[in-house]
Amino acid sequence: MVGHDSAVDVYKQALPVILISLVAGLFAGTLLGTETMREGIESVPGILLLLPAFLATRGGVYGSLGARLSSGLHQGLIDPHFEWNDRLRNAIIASFLNGMIVSVFIAVLAWGVLLVLGRDGSLLELVIILSIAALLSAFAMLGVLLTVIFKGYRRGLDPDNVIGPVVTTVGDVFGVVFLLIGISVAGAVL
Amino acid sequence: MSTSNDAGHDEDLEDELTEWTVPNIVTTLVPLLIGLSILQMVSGTVLETFEEQLLEHPALLIIVPVMIGTAGNLGSIMCSRLSTQLHLGTLEFSPTNANIQANVAAIMGLAATVFVLLGFASWAIGRALGGTLGLAPLLVITIVSGMLLAVWVVIVSTVSVYGSYRLGYDPDDTTIPVVTNICDITGVIILFAVVSVVL
Repeated sequence: MVGHDSAVDVYKQALPVILISLVAGLFAGTLLGTETMREGIESVPGILLLLPAFLATRGGVYGSLGARLSSGLHQGLIDPHFEWNDRLRNAIIASFLNGMIVSVFIAVLAWGVLLVLGRDGSLLELVIILSIAALLSAFAMLGVLLTVIFKGYRRGLDPDNVIGPVVTTVGDVFGVVFLLIGISVAGAVL
Repeated sequence: MSTSNDAGHDEDLEDELTEWTVPNIVTTLVPLLIGLSILQMVSGTVLETFEEQLLEHPALLIIVPVMIGTAGNLGSIMCSRLSTQLHLGTLEFSPTNANIQANVAAIMGLAATVFVLLGFASWAIGRALGGTLGLAPLLVITIVSGMLLAVWVVIVSTVSVYGSYRLGYDPDDTTIPVVTNICDITGVIILFAVVSVVL
């Protein structure tokens, strides 16, 4: 029976990641539970409806960018110094477009589901909120992700091990904050 | 850089695999993310249905992101461990298999740790945000839904790793993202099933 892990080993290895995601979730949850955010949720029908899809998209877009950059570094396709070359530029532009396209789609989808549920919803309002939230998320996530990957790689951190926790932690917290900003901007504009 | 110069001199083949063009990346990822968003509307609909209770009890809003994150994490831990052991040839799909038992026990232990802590944290933060929900109902909600979730994660992960193995797919490629998202969504459903019983 060589080569099987004990439950305690598995538990110890996985605990740090699980605890980091607990703390990140508590941050995001606390922001959701604040008075301002609750007022926002109450005033804009559909925010809770699109929340899981919006947060999952952040993970999908920037998790895959992170994985791509990390494979690129390991393969020597991109240099471990930040410099504009075609590959890096394409990867960044593509993830930016992915985030924007999918977020606008989520706004339209949520509006459609609201209609089916027989609730009122403003398509324009949801599109404005998600466009702003996606745009701000893109700047924040790209900034954090590129810094962590390039600085980490030069210091000997394997980006494969860092991207997951960074994307989920930063993504959820930023996601909720930027949704809130989107709600206030939409409220001011409309 | 210098470490990889000896590999991959076949430029034509390399170009195929490593071409990072904007249309390539966008057309691969956007349909996937759109499918995912449609799936996530299921948990969104659950949240929207419970809007009144969520707004009344901020503690419940605090639980939601943790539930989603932990469900996905437990699913990906279980799946990647099972599929690594599958690749190593040390996995046998039987309830008496020592590897499976160790993974199941670890998942249960991780869930118990996180959801007990979450019960206390959601109560304390919920209080600070003006909520009135007591510690006892919150602990019941987090622990019952957390342990049900852990059992569900174990079943879904094992069945899908086994299924993809039988069908001849590498579980690393497709199973993990699919299971992670299924666990995310069912996490919210389990949470609110328990909430509607307790509150």
